[in-house]
Amino acid sequence: MFKRLDEAAGQAGRAPVRVTVDGGEVRCREGDSVAAALFASGHADCRDTVVNEVPRGPYCMMGVCYDCLVTIDGVPNRQGCMTLVREGMRIERQRGAREVRP
Amino acid sequence: MTTTQCDLLVIGAGPAGLAAATTAAGLGVDTLLLDEQPAPGGQIYRAITTTPVTDRRILGEDYWHGASLVEPFRASGARYEPGATVWAVSRMTAESPDAGFEVAYSVDGQARMLRARHLLLATGAQERPFPIPGWTLPGVITAGAAQILLKSAGLVPSDRTVLAGCGPLLYLVAWQYLNAGAKIDALLETTPPGRMAQALPHAFDFLRSPYLGKGLKLMRAVKAAVPIVKGVRNLRANGAQRLESVSYDAGGKTRTMAAEQLLLHQGVVPNVNLSRAVGAEHDWNEALDCWQPRVDDWGATTVAGIGIAGDGAGIAGALAAEHRGRLAALHAARVLGRIDTARRDRDAGPHRQALARAVRGRAFFDTLYKAPDAYRRPVGDTIVCRCEEVTAQQVRETVALGCSGPNQMKAFLRCGMGPCQGRFCGLTVSELIAEERGVPVSEVGYYRLRFPTKPLTLGELAALPQTDESRQAVVRLKK
Repeated sequence: MFKRLDEAAGQAGRAPVRVTVDGGEVRCREGDSVAAALFASGHADCRDTVVNEVPRGPYCMMGVCYDCLVTIDGVPNRQGCMTLVREGMRIERQRGAREVRP
Repeated sequence: MTTTQCDLLVIGAGPAGLAAATTAAGLGVDTLLLDEQPAPGGQIYRAITTTPVTDRRILGEDYWHGASLVEPFRASGARYEPGATVWAVSRMTAESPDAGFEVAYSVDGQARMLRARHLLLATGAQERPFPIPGWTLPGVITAGAAQILLKSAGLVPSDRTVLAGCGPLLYLVAWQYLNAGAKIDALLETTPPGRMAQALPHAFDFLRSPYLGKGLKLMRAVKAAVPIVKGVRNLRANGAQRLESVSYDAGGKTRTMAAEQLLLHQGVVPNVNLSRAVGAEHDWNEALDCWQPRVDDWGATTVAGIGIAGDGAGIAGALAAEHRGRLAALHAARVLGRIDTARRDRDAGPHRQALARAVRGRAFFDTLYKAPDAYRRPVGDTIVCRCEEVTAQQVRETVALGCSGPNQMKAFLRCGMGPCQGRFCGLTVSELIAEERGVPVSEVGYYRLRFPTKPLTLGELAALPQTDESRQAVVRLKK
């Protein structure tokens, strides 16, 4: 688990950005990436992998490992570490491989 | 539809990119800086303008040095586009202008194009793959990732945390955590015995290096506060759905300790995806066990019109990166006709001296902290390719079937074909093939990398500006 240092916690508390993770509300600090917000809210994993379908979470936090892929506002395979939280954002866990929608 | 144009395109806003763009713009070069992150700084100075960690003692003065690069950059007149991911570069095919490159990039899911006469890649480094059993479990992240969480979001671990591996960053993260009041349960050093003896011949330079004083102070502080285990072998992360414990062998004993976080680090390597995709020649660096682009003293690659500055041109650290950025910018200004050769060489003098100072002593800890063979060349069912979940055993067995190179390996196992495009398996796969074949890694080579260098959606592609010519190339037109 990760926790916010006081100053970051203060920023998140005073003017939170509210998003949902699988439907549950999570209050974030403005400027947090989705992946950081997931860590801050106790989610070390964000998807089940495409081959073995086992839990996987963000690994590099700098846009190179692609382990933090999540569905954001209905769009799958978004990089959580490269996307900033926005008020009302819907973040969903991915289970297995994505499919092309008709 | 107007296309953005510039004389010099710098890609990456870390120390090399910021310094290069500032220098070039100062010489009157029409300069644009594209960067993937929302704010300047790269990874080393990540979130330097936005961090919620404003108590300067926590991250330390070396981090805050980054701010001294941002102000001059903002005042330089260089254009800056954050949140921009470059995914393709091609030499200009249009008739006019007759030289330069077309560059495709995306901002917020929308693809765009620009034209640039000269390119400078300042795309930096990434952490070396650290393939141990269980490194894919949630709860296991890189030490660099942990540091990014601290810098960019003010996050620190709140329960049992183990740092493991080798290299200065491991101690730096530990020190920053201590400053922030976060507890570390253990620091597991994988450096094998005997390394100090190998490093000692380089100690003279190290003793005169700027690292020495700071490094010793930092290590003393960490050693006083964190249990450190030396000579750690067979490091592994255990757990069913997430990390539950860390096991290792040391001093002839096997130990297991409960942990919620394992932060791994064994050095950084150049980020070669873009430099390889543009066709620049790369060489295997025997001392650092990684690929690096072949560049001259000015950062010029083997591709005309494309330079590389900073750790992306070979690991030398953040201070060296800014001086390398300035040198590459001077060269670009010369190539673009803003200054002559004499001016370039004259202006380069102080930067060359500063660069020499910045790299002094690196050979010492490059040797000391070289990632051990066993942690670069895994065995058994340890995952090598995180995306396609390919194991070391599979790679080794496939070599035995006659698969002799990494590109063939893709066809056999799909390793390197997931979204990270080999960034976290390429080195390991090349080294495993070399080991199984008993040949040098340089003979095995690396994945052939192609554009787009980052995955993009069809929707992003479709958003590209279209000319009548491009439309006619794919659409059957009514006559």
